[in-house]
This record gives sequence, structure tokens and C-alpha cells, in this order.
Amino acid sequence: MIDLTEQQIERYSRHILLQDVGVEGQEKIMNARVLVVGAGGLGAPVSLYLAAAGIGRIGLVDADVVDLSNLQRQVIHFTRDVGIPKVESAKEKIQAINPDVQVDTYREFLDSSNALDIISQYDFIVDGTDNFPVKFLINDACVMAGKPFSHGGILRFHGQTFTHLPGTACYRCMFKEPPPAGAVPTCSQAGVLGAIAGMLGTIQAAETLKYFTGVGELLTNRLLTFDAKTMQFNNIKVRPRASCELCGEHPTIDHLIDYEQAACDLKHH
Amino acid sequence: MAKIYVNGEAQEVTLPLNISELIKNNNVQQPEMVSVQVNEEFAERDEWDNIQLAEGDTVDFLYFMGGGSAL
Ligand SMILES: [Zn+2]
Repeated sequence: MIDLTEQQIERYSRHILLQDVGVEGQEKIMNARVLVVGAGGLGAPVSLYLAAAGIGRIGLVDADVVDLSNLQRQVIHFTRDVGIPKVESAKEKIQAINPDVQVDTYREFLDSSNALDIISQYDFIVDGTDNFPVKFLINDACVMAGKPFSHGGILRFHGQTFTHLPGTACYRCMFKEPPPAGAVPTCSQAGVLGAIAGMLGTIQAAETLKYFTGVGELLTNRLLTFDAKTMQFNNIKVRPRASCELCGEHPTIDHLIDYEQAACDLKHH
Repeated sequence: MAKIYVNGEAQEVTLPLNISELIKNNNVQQPEMVSVQVNEEFAERDEWDNIQLAEGDTVDFLYFMGGGSAL
């Protein structure tokens, strides 16, 4: 356990004041290791809030450099960062917010060759990625490694998220396999309202902190979806599917799969 | 007429009605981008034509949503 310094007691006083968190909960947060996959629209708010909360170690996975078109929603990157690796830009902000946080950077794409290795070093994984092949990869790797994770997806004015713990419904219980590449909306059909990324990312950050502190009920066995146009939030009950190819009674998936990316994702990474 | 619940909202429908027909009636733009649950049980895509809905059934459409860093 960590003995909080006077400065830390002050820094985290609004957590410590919370009966459900307290000094003990804050210490759990400070001992936590979280991997954030994608330092983009979702990864930005997730990383900022986890850093501010005092998560002990944050791993960032992203192969891209900051592009001007990212700044509309990826609030961890500033105008002066255009052209530099996202993981470096994000690391700098995290350490400026909270020098207590140890940051590991992985400037690479997560794929079947590195996923299990990287994931194994963390206690909780946050999916902040933009494409289905990696979403399935994260799901599969986490289920295989017995790691909890937060899934997040946004599109236009919509967001959805769920939290997985070993034994609860996984992404494949709800969606068996990635949609056919041709069905994925093209870039011009897609787009997203920047603030939606913030809405969803902060939910994912809250789930992460709930996980470590044991507060409340996680978004397990339910898919939270919202439509920001109407601000309707909907909890859809889901359950582990006995026929799930990954976590069901007779699993057939025993290795990680690199699905093909839709062309749009490649161009705009 | 029968009453079913689609993503939590009541809908009046005419029976017989299978899932494929319900998807069409609800103007789901890209059926390949949706997963379906009936009464909280996953409905296999190749069974959509065969699963007949009944009074009081709850149907959930789960949409694929990607996007975070690039989109
Ligand atoms: Zn599963």
C-alpha cells in the first residue's frame, strides 16, 4: 500500500471525501495499471480523467501522429502537437496534469502478435479504438487473458459502451464477428460530434475507477447506448451467450485473429 | 394487432411477423450492422426469417458502433 503524502491528500481530497472512495479507494486507484488502446476521441478523455484521478500506471497504444482533423474531439492533443506521435503528445499532457502517473507508450498497432503481451501487464483495459478488427482483438485477448475491459464505440450522435469482467457477456456474445468490410459506413457517411467522444470516454473512465474502487454496479451484462440528439439513454440487458464462439460452452476461437480493416480506417488513421 | 417492445418502446404490429420483416418495417438501414435479441436471447442471423414474434415479445436491436480515434 501507498502512504499518501500531504500533497496527495490535498490533490485527491475530493475523492477522499467520497465515503465510497476514501483514502483506501484512492490507494487502490494509485496502485492500478490501466491500458488505454487508442489515444484518440475516446482515449483522450479517458486518459485525462484517469491521470487526474491518480491511476498509478497508464499504458497508451497508438501508432498514429496527431492530425489537424483530430483536434475537433481528441482533446488531449493541442494545435502545436500536429505531426507528433499521439502517444508522446498524450504522455506529455498526462504528466503535466499529474506527475505521479507513470506512462508507458506503445507507438504501434495492436495486433495478434503483441496484444496478449501488452495486455498482460495491466489490470484493466480501455478500448478507445476506431475500428472493428481491433475491437474484436481487444475483446478476444482480454477474454483469453481473463482481463476486465471497457468497450466503447461512437458514431455520429450515438455512443455505446459496456464493461466486461471474466464470466460476464463479451463483445462476441452480442456481436458474433465484425461486420462485412463493405457494410461499415464510409468516412463521408460517418463523422462524429466531438462532444460525444467526451460523453462516452468519461463514462469509460468512470467505469474504470468504479472497477478499482469497487463502487456501485458496473456496466456488465448490459449495453449502454445513447442518442445525443434526444439525450435518450438506454440499457439493453445482455447475457453471456452459451453458443459464444469465444466464451461459450464450446468455444471454437483459440487464437487471436487479425481481421481485415475497412479501407476508410486505413486512410484516416 | 399485437404489441411488442422494440428497444424499450411499444410497437403495434400485425402478426404473423418474423424478425426479418420487423427489421424492414423499422427501416433499419444496414441490417448487416445490427445484432438482434428476442426476449433477451441472441437471435442468430440465419434464423431471422424463421423466428416468429408474439404478443408481448421484447426485441432489441444492437448496432455496430465503431469510432473513437479516427472516425
Ligand atoms: Zn462471449
